[in-house]
Amino acid sequence: MTVAAFAFYLFALCVIAGGLMTVVSRHPVHSVLWLILSFISSAGLFVLLGAEFVAMLLIIVYVGAVAVLFLFVVMMLDVDFAELKAGMAQYFPIAVLIGLVLLMQFGLAFGDWRVSDLAEGQRQAVAPVGVDNTTSLGLLIYDQYFLLFQLAGLILLVAMIGAIVLTIRHRKDVKRQNVLTQMWRDPAAAVENVNVVPGQGLLKIPGRDKDKNRGQ
Amino acid sequence: MKQMIGLEHYLVVAATLFVIGIFGLFLNRKNVIILLMSIELMLLAVNINLVAFSSFLGDLVGQVFTLFVLTVAAAEAAIGLAILVSFFRNRGTIAVEDVSVMKG
Repeated sequence: MTVAAFAFYLFALCVIAGGLMTVVSRHPVHSVLWLILSFISSAGLFVLLGAEFVAMLLIIVYVGAVAVLFLFVVMMLDVDFAELKAGMAQYFPIAVLIGLVLLMQFGLAFGDWRVSDLAEGQRQAVAPVGVDNTTSLGLLIYDQYFLLFQLAGLILLVAMIGAIVLTIRHRKDVKRQNVLTQMWRDPAAAVENVNVVPGQGLLKIPGRDKDKNRGQ
Repeated sequence: MKQMIGLEHYLVVAATLFVIGIFGLFLNRKNVIILLMSIELMLLAVNINLVAFSSFLGDLVGQVFTLFVLTVAAAEAAIGLAILVSFFRNRGTIAVEDVSVMKG
């Protein structure tokens, strides 16, 4: 067994085991950690396939962003996970059944499957020989698929705005700084000179009513 | 290397991962977080398929498409978790069967 074959079987085993443990794990934090193992192993598979750029992207986007986001949410929400796990045994048979049926269908599809002779001629973007994967992918994305690439960025922007809109919360009991009120405050009206007659004092302190509203 | 480990090897891994994702969807019917993770697993299986075909056929479009699948997966996770957080804030639970009252 060559090193590449050994690496393939190692990574494939890690991907499958990580996926399975993600699904059956008892605690969601463990699930996320197994998910990270699965992602990293599949990045290894991608490197074996010669797709380094997608592999690094997988690590950066999936492990660095998505999995950490999952970890954040799992740890932030104070949920009784044991209660959520209670029905797992009940759903186990039907899940296994559906999984087996699906696996059987994939087996049927794989059984009589071969690459068409026309496949070579129908390639849209033939990988250039002697050029790095990242270079050739960059040339393709910024040239032929530029519009789609920009649209992908737009999707991410919409997702970001949506996530912010969904989770933003204005608390009522928090004092906030109102910058405009501060800026529009008139210095002439803020200070008032009062001529206090000796021995009499002031019955009504001028500007006191205004002072009450100022802090709001 | 490519004589020993063929396209079929990668396809089997991807198919198994996809089935595990479906299995997880049915197994964890109450826990939305694990449901989202199962969806991520299925998308990962699709990515493995795309990259394997792209590599063995010598066609880079598969990897470009993987990029877009990755984008959509990230957006989906962000939006899904945001919905989850706001739902938990309102109702104090994330059980799926309680979501039936979410209207308007």
